[in-house]
Amino acid sequence: MSVIEVPQGRLKTPFYDRMRAVDTINSWHDWKGYTTPDELYCGETEYFALRNTTGVFDITPMTKYRITGPDSPDYIDRLVTRDMRKIKPGRVAYAVWCDDRGQVIDDGTIFHLKEGEYRLCSQERHMAWLTAAAIGFDVSIVDETADVAALAVQGPTTWSILNNMGLEGLEELKPFGLMHFDFEGTELMVSRTGFTGDLGYELWLAPEKAEALWDALFDAGKDYAMRAIGVHALELARVEAGYLAAYVDFLPANATVRTGRTRSPLELGLGWLVDFKKPNFNGRRALAEEKRNGSTWRLVKLDIEGNKVADSSYIFSDAKAAKKSIGFVTSAAWSPVCKQNVAIGTVRTPHGKVGSNVWVEVYYQREMHWNREMAKATVVDKPFWFPPRRGATPPEPF
Amino acid sequence: MTDKFDAIVVGGGHNGLVCSALLARSGKQVLLLEANEQVGGAAVTREFADGYSVSACAHLLYNLQPSVTKDLKLKPALASEDMTTIALDSDGEHVRIRGNSVLGAKEGDAESYKAFYKRMTRFADLLKKFFNKTPPRLGTKDLKDLVTLGQLGFDVRRLGKTEMEAFLRLIGMNIHDEVVERFDCPVLKGAVSLDAVLGTHLGPRSPNTILTYLYRLAGDHGRIASPKGGMGSVSDELARVARDAGVTIRTGMPVKRIIVGNGRVTGVETEGGERFDSLTVVSNADPKRTMMTLVGARHMETGFTRRIHHMRAHGNAAKLHLALDGLPDIPGMDKKEYGERIVIAPTEDYVERAFNPAKYGESSPEPVLEITFPSFRDESLAPTGKHVLSAVVQYAPYARKGGWTDEARAEFESAAIRVLEKYMPDIAQRITASELLTPADIEREFHITGGHWHHGELTLDQFLFTRPVYGAAQYRTPVDGLYLCGAGAHPGGGVSGAAGRNAARAILSREKAA
Repeated sequence: MSVIEVPQGRLKTPFYDRMRAVDTINSWHDWKGYTTPDELYCGETEYFALRNTTGVFDITPMTKYRITGPDSPDYIDRLVTRDMRKIKPGRVAYAVWCDDRGQVIDDGTIFHLKEGEYRLCSQERHMAWLTAAAIGFDVSIVDETADVAALAVQGPTTWSILNNMGLEGLEELKPFGLMHFDFEGTELMVSRTGFTGDLGYELWLAPEKAEALWDALFDAGKDYAMRAIGVHALELARVEAGYLAAYVDFLPANATVRTGRTRSPLELGLGWLVDFKKPNFNGRRALAEEKRNGSTWRLVKLDIEGNKVADSSYIFSDAKAAKKSIGFVTSAAWSPVCKQNVAIGTVRTPHGKVGSNVWVEVYYQREMHWNREMAKATVVDKPFWFPPRRGATPPEPF
Repeated sequence: MTDKFDAIVVGGGHNGLVCSALLARSGKQVLLLEANEQVGGAAVTREFADGYSVSACAHLLYNLQPSVTKDLKLKPALASEDMTTIALDSDGEHVRIRGNSVLGAKEGDAESYKAFYKRMTRFADLLKKFFNKTPPRLGTKDLKDLVTLGQLGFDVRRLGKTEMEAFLRLIGMNIHDEVVERFDCPVLKGAVSLDAVLGTHLGPRSPNTILTYLYRLAGDHGRIASPKGGMGSVSDELARVARDAGVTIRTGMPVKRIIVGNGRVTGVETEGGERFDSLTVVSNADPKRTMMTLVGARHMETGFTRRIHHMRAHGNAAKLHLALDGLPDIPGMDKKEYGERIVIAPTEDYVERAFNPAKYGESSPEPVLEITFPSFRDESLAPTGKHVLSAVVQYAPYARKGGWTDEARAEFESAAIRVLEKYMPDIAQRITASELLTPADIEREFHITGGHWHHGELTLDQFLFTRPVYGAAQYRTPVDGLYLCGAGAHPGGGVSGAAGRNAARAILSREKAA
């Protein structure tokens, strides 16, 4: 009888030892079975590295599926709401997928690696849904989460560092593009993608070469004050960039019990991802009906007066909170780089039109005592952090 | 070349014929395309040996809905009607069942059976009412749906307190517990059990077999008739009615795909490459073939295709046809009784044991049989002095382990003949030719995925509001303009015509509303 060893406790990514070597805090948490750092030495310092130089974040635990087979283009196109036929090989698409009722299951990025070969990346696991969606299609879906080591390299000096590392021609890579390089005899894929709303890249390669890549990267970046970072720094950056997080700003539809707690892409401000010109995609019927009849909820990005972070605050249509609340904040932060009190929230339509004002009820504590403040907020359209360098090709050298 | 029609019916089974005839009667230009050379689907008569013909699948009429015969003014020619069921006993002490009467069972059984029959037919009448209606949608505010749903509740309540309780208790129960509680005579218990499981992948101890029993009674209270000229004559009669109503029937035209554009049907394309345009396509094919093969998953949504994919539709009934040089001797049976329906299911446990191997993908070494000698009252089916035996033999699981190889088929056929020999000692010598249709053959020849009589198991989870699946239970499918009208739709299979009639009515009432 053969005994299969099952790993106990949290898994370690191939970059674990390198992160551990620079870790002085020892604060880690679970991310889909892997141990992942909250902070490595100082959350603020890590955040400023991300915004001013370069932050390196281990995204190996991110769920990765390889989707191949003759029907894979049709399969992907039916799965997500946007038109994937327009995403050529070598391109990456941010996409969202829904259940039959048009409620969001998750969002993620889909890499069109080669003709008919895709990688789908998301925060949550989706094998059950992807398998069900494959009924009637000749496709193969393989979870390659553990087979691909990945690093997010984000910040204004990233191109210079990667160029230093010898990735020739990277300057031509446009946002949402991907390129392949040789790294010590192994294929290194670089995509111009990220979760920070700034210039940045994601690096993908076989786990065996993970440490070598880390070393080469940090060697190339030693004059650029680059730092390994934890989740806290990244989380702040993602709120500034106005990106959504599953289980925070929306609930995955297939893991939600109560009716009315899920959201459609139209309710999440992702209408631009829904292409009704496509004859069919999952949730189309329901979304078309929602489009006709109007949505119940609207996602809002809020610029809030004052500096008290509006964590989990109720949102009101009036300053006195005399009427029923119209919604609540799902993500909030003081943005150091924008010098702005920002939040992402969800309100009932017709409230929350861009440019309109709402009031958030902020509770904060001063030496044990709680204070309450009604802060005026403006609904904004653009992400809070949206520097021109994010889209500049070629990127500016440092 | 393309032709335009108001409606195209894919598949000329009896339900397709009923549906097309009713649509044509309301003034529609209807085209019916049948893959085989003969209409009727599984309700056909065919020659299986030189001069010997038999109903290829269904061989008895018990479920033909009076609503259908009335609407279409149908009068099928019958070779025999109100047939007696003779449940064979190995000692010749056969039990004869007809209507509410039982002869030859143990003391008290006749009385018990009468009470049992009374209750069952009452429940069956309740179901029958709903078999002739589109099932209501659940969770809707549509008045018509709510009224139908309320009616269902009201009808159940109107049974009275005791009978309502009995109905609710029995509807999900198994037939085994009921027959054991009521009857003494093993042969009677076996025969009733068999009636509950014929054509299903269920044994008498399987939950839900009271429902399947009621389903049998919901046509004509279980009265059985045998059509003259075999089941094909019923289909021929339906085809005649359809043609008279103006339906264009084209046979030998297998449909390759149902064309969908922008979420709605626009027509069909045949294997031969011909295209026919229509904004209404009605499929008599089973739900899986219709949705997964003819339409294709890419035109539907994941939750729906998953439900269709997981619909249970594996047949378990085989059909055995024997050409005989004369009637076999059946000790204990009168010469004139050869025209009746004969069953071999000596005890309720025998039926369950026959089912046991089927759970594990093996065929029964000692199968149960429902037998007729259609040539006894219908000389057209065999040369003079010769006879045919037509039998439903269970269990022969569709997904047989190792597949239905020639050896597997030979093994199952000889198992059936061994069982027959116990009651008809000279049967083997009388056989001049034989044919066995396993569910795999039924799938191939009649294009029924899984080779199931009902196009899908007839169980509570695939019943009424959820037949074939949630999202297509009102004959409409998620693809605009595409409807189901076959046995996979409510209420189910058997030569009943209810699905075809209900579908036609659903299509017409929808058009009226639009």
